[in-house]
Amino acid sequence: MTTRTLQFKIYRYDPDKDRKPWMQDISVEVDGTDRKLLDALVKLKAVDDAISFRRSCREGVCGSDALNINGKNGLACLTDLSSFPEGKPIVLRPLPGLPVIRDLIVDMTQFFKQYHSIKPYLINNDPPPERERLQSPEDREELDGLYECILCACCSTSCPSFWWNPDKFVGPAGLLAAYRFIADTRDQATSERLDNLEDPYRLFRCHTIMNCVDVCPKGLNPTLAIGKIKAMMVKRAI
Amino acid sequence: MNRIVTGAHYGLKDWLVQRITAIVMALYSLFIGAALLAGVSGYDGWRALMAQGFVRFFTFLFIVSLCWHAWIGVRDIWMDYVKPAGIRLALHSLTAVALVGYAGWAIQVIWRL
Repeated sequence: MTTRTLQFKIYRYDPDKDRKPWMQDISVEVDGTDRKLLDALVKLKAVDDAISFRRSCREGVCGSDALNINGKNGLACLTDLSSFPEGKPIVLRPLPGLPVIRDLIVDMTQFFKQYHSIKPYLINNDPPPERERLQSPEDREELDGLYECILCACCSTSCPSFWWNPDKFVGPAGLLAAYRFIADTRDQATSERLDNLEDPYRLFRCHTIMNCVDVCPKGLNPTLAIGKIKAMMVKRAI
Repeated sequence: MNRIVTGAHYGLKDWLVQRITAIVMALYSLFIGAALLAGVSGYDGWRALMAQGFVRFFTFLFIVSLCWHAWIGVRDIWMDYVKPAGIRLALHSLTAVALVGYAGWAIQVIWRL
């Protein structure tokens, strides 16, 4: 089987040992069965077992292996090794804007705090029916492009508005989830949800930079969802 | 001390104002472009144009739109990048004072004629 050598430049930081983060040059042999960046990372772990990163499902569903890959956020398990130009080192850094715990692992507390702040669950005070709460196929279609989010944080950590105000701006992932429940016909808290976002920071820090759309590994469009929330607010106000 | 920011309801208003003032400015730019194409030139030409009631109205609207639009945009920049309250307040005040001054000055420049 043909093998080839991949060069990496990897962000390393161990708060117990390193005074400052540093970039490690390292290379690894991969063969034809290694198709994704995550495969190479797992092999790298055999070269230097101190390299730390998160991973779980290895198929773009759990969202734990989000990294900054050659300057752009993405999932290691969905990034093809063949997409990298030959002869150039692959530069891997942790997601930008969040505190680094170690190497490629970031502290996602702030990200999930914002996610929780939009109440990411169905609010319906009617007694639950015997079977499920039904929706028409058209109403259900409204949720397409919203519910698929895996909360990998690629979008929010590529958003400059989130970098500057992670404590006040909900961020693209949180706002996409907010619209997922605002648009749900079974939800009864639409107005409260809009109240929760109507403020100069929580929603309106979005200046349609659209980095979120550019990086989303699931091909979702938070900017569109944010635009729809704004449109609903305008309709409600006039 | 952290203020719960939810409830400061000027987010939507400012966002909407920025869009509406942008439309006013775009229309005024088209109008000035049309005036240029129509061959308005020289001090006397512009003076005659600016003397008309409709143009005065539209120009005043443009200046107000420009300053209001700039106020929201510049304040957004201070809100993003300047965290210390004292410096931010000073910058907000300076911006507001400068923009009001510019608006008055612009009106004076055009209708001192």
